[in-house]
Amino acid sequence: MSLETPLHKAQGLGPSHSGVGHFWKQRVTAVALIPLTIWLAISIIGLVGAPIAAVLSFLFNPVNAVLMAAFVLIALYHMVLGLQEVILDYVPHQGFRFFLMLVNYTFALALAAATIFALLRIVGT
Amino acid sequence: MAEHLKPRPLSPFVTIFRWPVTMATSIVHRATGVGLAGGLIVLVWWLVAASSGPDAYNLFLDLAETTIGQICLFGFTWALAYHAVNGIRHLAWDLGYGFDVRTADISGIAVFVLSVLIAIGVFAIAYAGYGGYYQ
Repeated sequence: MSLETPLHKAQGLGPSHSGVGHFWKQRVTAVALIPLTIWLAISIIGLVGAPIAAVLSFLFNPVNAVLMAAFVLIALYHMVLGLQEVILDYVPHQGFRFFLMLVNYTFALALAAATIFALLRIVGT
Repeated sequence: MAEHLKPRPLSPFVTIFRWPVTMATSIVHRATGVGLAGGLIVLVWWLVAASSGPDAYNLFLDLAETTIGQICLFGFTWALAYHAVNGIRHLAWDLGYGFDVRTADISGIAVFVLSVLIAIGVFAIAYAGYGGYYQ
């Protein structure tokens, strides 16, 4: 006999009340990051020792600017999900845990904002 | 001494276990993931420096070219290679492949070897002067 109520079963959120959302988002971002990481490696190696003008003209290309934004933003999303898992695993104190979760999100949003600002400034000049 | 006063067995901690390959790959996957958060800071710093002009960009280059800077960049390169390759191993597990112990051990060793080779390869290309083709 199942002790699960029909409503709970239909909602499909399981004992953690959050369902498979976190797991699924982490996998989708992971798959997206495979080709983007290969692109980033090829790009960075291509810019080793380059003067700033070469970096700017590389990022002025809209394809490169969009791919760079995609890599950083998807990597930050993947990072938030991963660090969240680490924080929930190792920090038992509720208050400190909540604080670190806020730091996690604030840190990611600040880096995302800086990335978009930097890329727009390069493309716009 | 009464039987109940003997030292009681303690719960074993991580230091007491031998390190199976799968345990090592799992711990290193998490550690590289946390470390790559620092790598993202450096990547964003590089982008912001490039957009800010030659002074900020040259400061970044000067720091990156120091020994400590190169060690950090090599660390990030290896961590990214490891996390990417072992991430693919995790995705294979998610699809249900490679679960038996022997396969998981072999794939784990392969991940370690491959990630080190990728990191050394990237730096070898850069130091041998084959990088910088976007100039």
